[in-house]
Amino acid sequence: MDLIPVLIGVPAVMAVLLPFLKNEKVRGKAVYAGALAIMALTLALLVTWLTDGAPSMLLFADTELVDHGMMVGDVFLMGLIIYMGVKYRRYFVIFLTVVQTGLLMYVEFTAPLKSGHHMMIDGLAMLMCVIIAFVGGLICIYAVGYMKGYHSHHKEFKDRQPFFFSMLFLFLAAMFGLVLSQSLIWMYFFWEITSVISFLLIGYTRTEEAVHNSFTALWMNLLGGLGFAIAIALLAFGGGSVQLSDAIAVGGALPLAFLALAGLTKSAQLPFSAWLLGAMVAPTPSSALLHSATMVKAGVYLLIRLAPALNGNMVGLMVSLIGGFTFIAASMMAIAQNDGKKVLAFSTISNLGLIVACAGIGVEETVWGAVLLMIFHAVSKSMLFQAVGATENCLGSRDIEDMHGLLLRLPKLTYIMGIGIAGMYLAPFGMLISKWVALKAFVDSENVLLVIFIAFGSATTMFYWTKWLSKLISQHRARQGVKDITCKDEYLSMFIHAGLMLLLCLLFPLLASHIVNPILAELFGYSATVLSMSVLTTMAIMLVSVLIVPLMMAFVTKTAKRQLVPIYMNGVNEGDNRHFVNSMGEPTHLYLSNWYLRFEFGMRHLMRPCVYASASLLVVVFCLLIGGAVG
Amino acid sequence: MSVISVIGYIVLGPLLGCLLSGIDRKITARMQRRRGPSIFQVFYDLRKLFSKEMIAVNNIQLFLNLSYLVFLVIAGAMLFGGMDILMCLFILSLADMFLVIAASSDSSPYANMGAGREMIQMMAYEPLTLLIAVGFYLTTGSFHVGDIVSMPVSAVVFMPGMLLGFMYTAAIKFRKSPFDLSTSHHAHQEMVKGITTEMSGTTLAIMNIAEYYELILILGIFGLFIVNEHWWSWPIAVVVCLAIYFLEILWDNATARLNWKKVLYSCWLVTLLAGGLNLLILMLIK
Amino acid sequence: MGRMSKSPWLLHYDASSCNGCDIEVLDCLTPKYDIERFGIINTGDPFQADILLITGGVNSQTEPVVRQLYSQMPDPKVVVAVGICACTGGIFKECYNIKGGIDTVIPVDVYVPGCAARPESIIDGVVRALAILDEKRAVSKKAR
Repeated sequence: MDLIPVLIGVPAVMAVLLPFLKNEKVRGKAVYAGALAIMALTLALLVTWLTDGAPSMLLFADTELVDHGMMVGDVFLMGLIIYMGVKYRRYFVIFLTVVQTGLLMYVEFTAPLKSGHHMMIDGLAMLMCVIIAFVGGLICIYAVGYMKGYHSHHKEFKDRQPFFFSMLFLFLAAMFGLVLSQSLIWMYFFWEITSVISFLLIGYTRTEEAVHNSFTALWMNLLGGLGFAIAIALLAFGGGSVQLSDAIAVGGALPLAFLALAGLTKSAQLPFSAWLLGAMVAPTPSSALLHSATMVKAGVYLLIRLAPALNGNMVGLMVSLIGGFTFIAASMMAIAQNDGKKVLAFSTISNLGLIVACAGIGVEETVWGAVLLMIFHAVSKSMLFQAVGATENCLGSRDIEDMHGLLLRLPKLTYIMGIGIAGMYLAPFGMLISKWVALKAFVDSENVLLVIFIAFGSATTMFYWTKWLSKLISQHRARQGVKDITCKDEYLSMFIHAGLMLLLCLLFPLLASHIVNPILAELFGYSATVLSMSVLTTMAIMLVSVLIVPLMMAFVTKTAKRQLVPIYMNGVNEGDNRHFVNSMGEPTHLYLSNWYLRFEFGMRHLMRPCVYASASLLVVVFCLLIGGAVG
Repeated sequence: MSVISVIGYIVLGPLLGCLLSGIDRKITARMQRRRGPSIFQVFYDLRKLFSKEMIAVNNIQLFLNLSYLVFLVIAGAMLFGGMDILMCLFILSLADMFLVIAASSDSSPYANMGAGREMIQMMAYEPLTLLIAVGFYLTTGSFHVGDIVSMPVSAVVFMPGMLLGFMYTAAIKFRKSPFDLSTSHHAHQEMVKGITTEMSGTTLAIMNIAEYYELILILGIFGLFIVNEHWWSWPIAVVVCLAIYFLEILWDNATARLNWKKVLYSCWLVTLLAGGLNLLILMLIK
Repeated sequence: MGRMSKSPWLLHYDASSCNGCDIEVLDCLTPKYDIERFGIINTGDPFQADILLITGGVNSQTEPVVRQLYSQMPDPKVVVAVGICACTGGIFKECYNIKGGIDTVIPVDVYVPGCAARPESIIDGVVRALAILDEKRAVSKKAR
């Protein structure tokens, strides 16, 4: 297990080196090397861990030097935030960071802390490491090509690529640290780093909008950080232990609630969803890596860790209700979006909501669903973001309306997008099975509201994905073709993602029995079979049929002879399927638009009530808990 | 047993569906004081459609329609084979998605509008179908159709609200007025033939056959409410299904088409009231 | 009766009619005449139609439309010209903008005269068209 410091160290060193590599080619090579090194290291760690018999073990008891280092790091982060806050005159973030860092310092200097282990490796942590290394590494590779195209497209932004890549790698280091931490103080340190990196990357372009959105993200995440710090203080003065395992076992409701608050802000649940939507102004690789595939997963990771303690109490109820509500609210708002990345952002929030709801119920069935959802979501969403980013570089727009007939214009990217979308909602792909399990578990836990949320939420989810998919597949020959300027680096990453996605679906039964079940055993002490092997096998067969049936049908129809005629436009089709003759005898261009239901489901109408409703739920629960603790 | 009923569904399903549609057209005509076509008219229509020349607007519509048909057959086979009802419903919406994509694949204005409305309809009926599956799970403790039909008491005793709600939303699946937004059996439609505008000959025939499979599938779900372990529940279920189908025809002829907003909101409201309340009560008593 | 004639679906197009014949065509759908008893459906969609029923003479604006609708109908298909204008141009024959009857643009199989054509004669014309439809199918089948 000596590999763990190396695993965190390599991306950190990369982060230090990259700003000095001004030459684009050299930097690209370095990124490749770094990404490959991370993947190789993770594999090595996985193999050694597996050969040891896949134990869950606690590590690093004596780490005084590193503790001090982290304290310095915390202060440095505070300094950075204060500097930025003063520079852009946002004083609220200064207040938040000073309070939480001060609180933490106070705890560290005065609280009688028992010595304990600082890191832990077990199935869930290992799984997260694999996701971070592979999805994250591939996104870094993708970014090499993407950023080239991005800056040739957007001349108005200053080229700060060295900084960008440096931040990506630093982020990877922090994520590894976060998921492997057992001491909450350590976890808090990594948690803050990810918040700050997210802030810096959202503000990458330094436009007014970007700066504004980055501060929104910062204050919301800092609020979560404050919750984290308060939880640490409560635990430290309460039981004298800041171990995550102790917090789960004997933490008490209030610290749990504050930790859950941190998890909710990080995973952009309502009422804290606004920051993730604003984060879409950042270049696509950072959206893919931070705001969909990994960083927001840190929030749900923490909640999944806490899940056994959330079962059947008020905190759990709060978490699951907020998650379920976010699931349906975000999926409704996604309908009204025509910006591809915004749809992805809403869908991310919505799916995270489902995972959060699962974690909040906190029984093994739901956690089973949550872990699987997390795996599938990470891969397919990262793929979708990359495909949309590449499409944007080619088309100059990421508006779904402009993707009409994309299948004929950018076939490769469309296939990748199609696989991603199908993976997100179609039967029998992974996401849907997990959703099924979640539904069953919600019923078993007798939560009517959640069942209704999931029933309506899956209908709305279906709507926005289907309309996107049908837009892509339209057989429409546009006036001018589009040149596919997607770099090899981008395709490399996307193809591996697509392959991974299909593989994950096909190997679903194995995934469930060999990876998820052991994780459940670690979390709950035992593992129940959530779905029997026969059901899983049926689903694998179904999946094969989903892949084969259309192929077979395509083959069947290839042989059929037919005559192609123009589409029906009341007999006034110009013959090219693009124009019709209007009543003045002039050709008019046909424009087909999707349904957006803006006046019903638009963000402008729904966001505010949703935020108020969920915020009041949070406030009420916290009042009850604090009242209970005081009185 | 389940193999027989699956084969029965695959072979007899479309025949029965055709016959029911033929009877539907006759009854509709009689309600409008017309003589109406023969009850075998639907067979004649299908025979004609298959003998027409193949014309198409693009090369993928036929294959998407075929996929629609195959997935509907799979979904129905799962129901009649006594398998998981939730999975069956998921496959059903997968099939529907293929229809939507088939219609929007030709980027034609009318078919596209039809596809959009079809999506709205899917969004309108789907929550209740999921709740019904949950209802069956709560009453019988299993999602398996095989277990649901071997209950000592009919499921409708525990979930009458869901049955009523489903009678309301099933009009969408039967493509009956007031919910026939995306395409209609009636002559006059504000957007030509909606979702089927660009389908002709064989392509349309395939789509129609799929619809007959779907008709039987939906009636099968209605039957699930009634059937229990006693043999006499089966004929009762058949009678109830036919009665419900008659009510849908009556409703079809008595109402005018609604706009999408009313369809969506009324279906969701019915889902919440009939389905949600029923679910709540079920959770309390079980 | 053959395959086609048991389920003929109609497409009705108004080329430049005064609407007199159109009303009579719609008349055929009413309970009194009820053409659905022959299995006839007014589809309004050329892709699904077997019989193109045209009222009114062709002018320069409707000519391309008639051609396109005809081309969008799958074989076998027949054309029924309803009303004297559709047959020959009628009283508008000499007008500067009228090309003449429908047969100046596409082949017409059945002519139904009258101003306006009576529902009975329209039904009669359509039923005659059915026989031609069956013949055409037999011919095309032989050719195949």
